[in-house]
Amino acid sequence: MKLLLDSTRCQGYGLCHEKAPELVDLDEWGYAAITRPPSSPEDDRAARAAIEACPAQALRS
Amino acid sequence: MTPSPSEIIELAAGLRGRGGAGFPTATKLASVRRAAAPRTVVANGEEGEPGSLKDRWLLRERPELVLEGLRLAAVAIEADRSVVYFSDQAAEQSVIRLAPPTVEIIRVAPRYVAGEETSIVRVLDGGPALPLAKPPRPYEQGVLVLNVESLARLARRAAGESDPPLLATLTGGGRPATLHEVHPGTTLRALTEAHTPDPVRGVLAGGLFGGFLTTLDVEVSHDGLAAAGSALGCGAFRVLGPDDCPVAVAAAALDYLAGQSAQQCGACIRGTDALSATVAALRAGTATAADLDLLATRASRLPGRGACGLPDAAARLATSLLTVFPAVVRRHLIPGCEACRLPVDLHATSTSAPPQPARRLDQHTTSTSAPPQPARHLDQHTTPTSPPPRPARDLDQHAIEGVRA
Repeated sequence: MKLLLDSTRCQGYGLCHEKAPELVDLDEWGYAAITRPPSSPEDDRAARAAIEACPAQALRS
Repeated sequence: MTPSPSEIIELAAGLRGRGGAGFPTATKLASVRRAAAPRTVVANGEEGEPGSLKDRWLLRERPELVLEGLRLAAVAIEADRSVVYFSDQAAEQSVIRLAPPTVEIIRVAPRYVAGEETSIVRVLDGGPALPLAKPPRPYEQGVLVLNVESLARLARRAAGESDPPLLATLTGGGRPATLHEVHPGTTLRALTEAHTPDPVRGVLAGGLFGGFLTTLDVEVSHDGLAAAGSALGCGAFRVLGPDDCPVAVAAAALDYLAGQSAQQCGACIRGTDALSATVAALRAGTATAADLDLLATRASRLPGRGACGLPDAAARLATSLLTVFPAVVRRHLIPGCEACRLPVDLHATSTSAPPQPARRLDQHTTSTSAPPQPARHLDQHTTPTSPPPRPARDLDQHAIEGVRA
């Protein structure tokens, strides 16, 4: 699956990084940065959790 | 006779977009043609790059070429809606005079990000001229956005020119802005020599997008600039003359970009601003070596972080300042450099009068080491009462008559 970030929506809550630390990093100001696309069933589960966790709905597949 | 849609797409083969990204025009045409109706074609003349004049010049002086290209593109995608989109007030009359009643004219407030194709989609939907996250890209949704020079080149192809020249704007080096027709094989050195007789220590290439470049023996083309680690972008080059300090130019450019941020993406709001602040400190002589390390790290992490390419431009600029001019940068650490604190102008100003016609940069003359012709200046002080500019010979002879024939 894909993991796409709408950077205009990201408010820096950081919950995506909690759910998918391998896929989403936070910059020094707390804004999300996708580090790599999901590449395993485990990644897919983490990506879905990150998408669901974002209060700003900034992530999608 | 109007060519068929597939003939027009074939005509566009090999043409790359002249707005900055250089996306293949034929690919866009074919992609939008496959999209579900309604389909819209937009002639994008909103030239956000402060150092570029070519799009304004085309709309003011060669609107018939742009409109012919727009007509061809509309035929190619069977468009339901055709739009000319720009901010230049002086272009409005020339476009209105020639545009068929079916063509919509949308004029927006000038802004660096207003020409971004997702900003145009937002305007078409009744919103502000600010970028949207991608994907989807506009051409995947039935909106074909082509730069006005891309359309003019399509029209020239249709008129029988196999390899129409590019337009390039040169600024800086203590000279007024000059506009040039660039024929295949022209080097950046020949282009800068046509702009200024003074020594050139480098350029800021591709508008504000291509970073600094000191290698001038490269072809002025997408591939030529890319091979040199830079980018052709919209064909605007800010020349660094003997009196221009790269740190001062970078500081001015980053300050401009930070000020033009749409303030939509946190990574850009914070990141672009941080790069700008550090280079401003470097210019002011208050930056430390640790600040430079942080600048390099931040610049490496910023590309791709925004909805549009603005933070990418800022990152490339900062990175290229550090890598292309490392010795100059070191000389600016505390206590700094006095010489570079003079104001820097990045703008190819032409607010009141139409620019003078493009001067052909003859590659045959320049490549045989003949002394370069002095560039004809686009005199920003020319008043509206001055005699109208003469038409550019090349465009008239080869393109316009051909298009009308």
